[in-house]
Amino acid sequence: MDFRLGRDRGDDLKAFRAELREVLARYSTPEARSRAISTGTWLDWDLHREMAKRGWIGDDFPKELGGRGNDPVRMIAMREELDLSGAPWLGWIYARMIASSLRAAGSEQQKKEFIPRLLGGEMIACLGYTEPGCGSDVAAAATKARKLEGGNEWVIDGQKMFTTVAEVASYVFLLTRTDPSVPKHKGLTLFLVPLNSKGIEVREVKTLGGERTNVTFYKGVRVPDSSRVGEVNGGWKVMLAALAEERPGGGRDLKDKLLLATLESVLAAEGKLPDDPVLRESLARCAVENEVSSLLGYRAMWLFGQGKNAGVEGSMFKLFSSESLIRSSSMLLDAVGPLGLLREGEQGALAHGEVEHLYRHSHVETIYGGSSEIQRGIIAEHRLGLPKSR
Amino acid sequence: MDLNPTPEQTQVVGAFRRVLEGKSTPAHVRAAEKTGFDAALWREAVDMGIPFMGVPESGGGSGLGLLDIALLAEVYGEFIAPLPFIETNVAGRLLARAGEPGRALLEAVTGKGVIATVALTDTKASGKQRPIPAGAVAEVVIMLEGDKLLAVKGAAPGAALNNMGSGPLAFRSKDERGASTTVLAEGARARELHSRALDEWRTLTAAALEGLGRKAIAIGVEYARNRKAFGAPIGSYQGVAHPLADSATDLDGAQLLARSAAVAADEEDKGGGPKGNAGRFSVLASMALAFCAERAQRAAHVGLHVHGGYGFTLEYDIQMYVRRAKAWPLALDDPRKEYQRIAGMLFNQPGTMEKWIFG
Repeated sequence: MDFRLGRDRGDDLKAFRAELREVLARYSTPEARSRAISTGTWLDWDLHREMAKRGWIGDDFPKELGGRGNDPVRMIAMREELDLSGAPWLGWIYARMIASSLRAAGSEQQKKEFIPRLLGGEMIACLGYTEPGCGSDVAAAATKARKLEGGNEWVIDGQKMFTTVAEVASYVFLLTRTDPSVPKHKGLTLFLVPLNSKGIEVREVKTLGGERTNVTFYKGVRVPDSSRVGEVNGGWKVMLAALAEERPGGGRDLKDKLLLATLESVLAAEGKLPDDPVLRESLARCAVENEVSSLLGYRAMWLFGQGKNAGVEGSMFKLFSSESLIRSSSMLLDAVGPLGLLREGEQGALAHGEVEHLYRHSHVETIYGGSSEIQRGIIAEHRLGLPKSR
Repeated sequence: MDLNPTPEQTQVVGAFRRVLEGKSTPAHVRAAEKTGFDAALWREAVDMGIPFMGVPESGGGSGLGLLDIALLAEVYGEFIAPLPFIETNVAGRLLARAGEPGRALLEAVTGKGVIATVALTDTKASGKQRPIPAGAVAEVVIMLEGDKLLAVKGAAPGAALNNMGSGPLAFRSKDERGASTTVLAEGARARELHSRALDEWRTLTAAALEGLGRKAIAIGVEYARNRKAFGAPIGSYQGVAHPLADSATDLDGAQLLARSAAVAADEEDKGGGPKGNAGRFSVLASMALAFCAERAQRAAHVGLHVHGGYGFTLEYDIQMYVRRAKAWPLALDDPRKEYQRIAGMLFNQPGTMEKWIFG
């Protein structure tokens, strides 16, 4: 067995990481951070375009789609460095997600038209899946798309929740109901809709972690049939195909940033590690859980890379990792004491308010991308063979 | 990255599993509850070389690495086998490392199936008598006394102290009647050898706890699939299913962590990486023990809890897992103390943690 992945897998990756760190550091300036914090938008176009120029958005995509065709293991290193950098890099993930979805289910025309632009840093798109009444039950979408008689056009009415980055995106990947008379999974259709279409309104929603998200409204929005992705009423299939393209797992992430930031502020304040066994145990517990979390994340990615279905393993990583961030950020915020409450920019704030910020941020991680309850359901059913529990 | 066991590993693990399926059934385990030791199973294990597979071939063993032994320890844990599997492997490897002074004893171990064990705490420093794992059945007890690593050969008392984990625990001392003592090493070398053996014990115990926890969850799942309440199998209720899913996740993580610790030991043996407390192996061994102890105990508890009141009766097997999940790591000390050791190794020097994360 060999547990080395990413971290110490040869010189190529080391050089790649060094390059990543050098570039990301340039965009993790206090100005860039305070801009992201004040707007809530974790996307810096200068950084996004620079990453695109270096081929990093589509590093593992095939060359004919505008990618670089590199070894997917580089994306693990990339994701780790992005998470640890603190740079406003969120565009990377949305550009990749939509490009993967189109790669899995788009028409040849759509692939040609959009994927190179997404990977080239020219545009990003947001996800219009869930709705105020849906939550995790995405297939319950009620936003209606109706085909105009005799025409080649659709009219869309409804609203979408948590359309993060819609304020800077030019398209929304929109899940709509096209047949309300059939079971919910069978009447869905997806469209790639320009956000500057008439009848779309983007309204800001502020969140506990400081990140901006949106609610978007669609009133009589008209789109040509060529905006449709996949078959009419085949939307669920498109979503499953897109999901299968998504690389499960992860590695070193915000929890490691949390540990390093806490350690840094403790050492800065005390000059050395205090003898306090409570503090020491808190830090060590975080280190242990981070080790487990990264192992679960690497395993899922490794299995996926072997062409295996890593759905359950991906769920295990998501569950453990997000629950662990909540435990660790709570424990370490307690450990640094009342100074830890001061936010970034405040005099005396510890480690640029990182621990305080991560504690607030942690709460969303057990919810988005499939809540912990959804992940436990998948594990119970598909790993343990228990009856479906909902 | 490659997480697949080799064909050889799969074969050895399969052979051990077949023996335990036949000879370490719940009935066998129950029959051995008083002594924590099944003589027939021990003889079969000795015939297969199981108790000293990790001893180098020059010492009469099979020369397997710690990862190979950890994979076997997982199965040992799954079957809660009444067998001093971890103790004999750790003691045999320690005797082999000690070289010439341990040679005759090692020959007795691998040649005649003499049982050897290691006292986990420095008998002088602790000042207290502590029960020694496999002390009730071991003829050879290796102990650190201050600056000296001693091998005490005496008569195994046979009778175990009545204890929660039903393990063959006994008090042993170099002063017991008829005992002969060999000095295996002195000074820094003695402490280094003992410390390495402890890290191996931590890793193998962690692996065994992972196997135990996995089985406890399997028992709970089986019950939850069949037991009906309010008109449906209880496993279809999220309140029952979700804690099982959490534990299944914990144990996958526990397995990866314990295996990665064992791999770090084998790499250290091949001459890679820093040794001693700054080494990867020591850190991972403590991490594995702390994590596996905590999560195996939770898994055993969850496995029992889904049984409702039946889980609390001695008639059901799950209680045997609950007791051992608590008892195995406690043979060393409070497993939470591992966190203090980890903190000392990773946080004292600025930059160590960063290096740990980024390589």
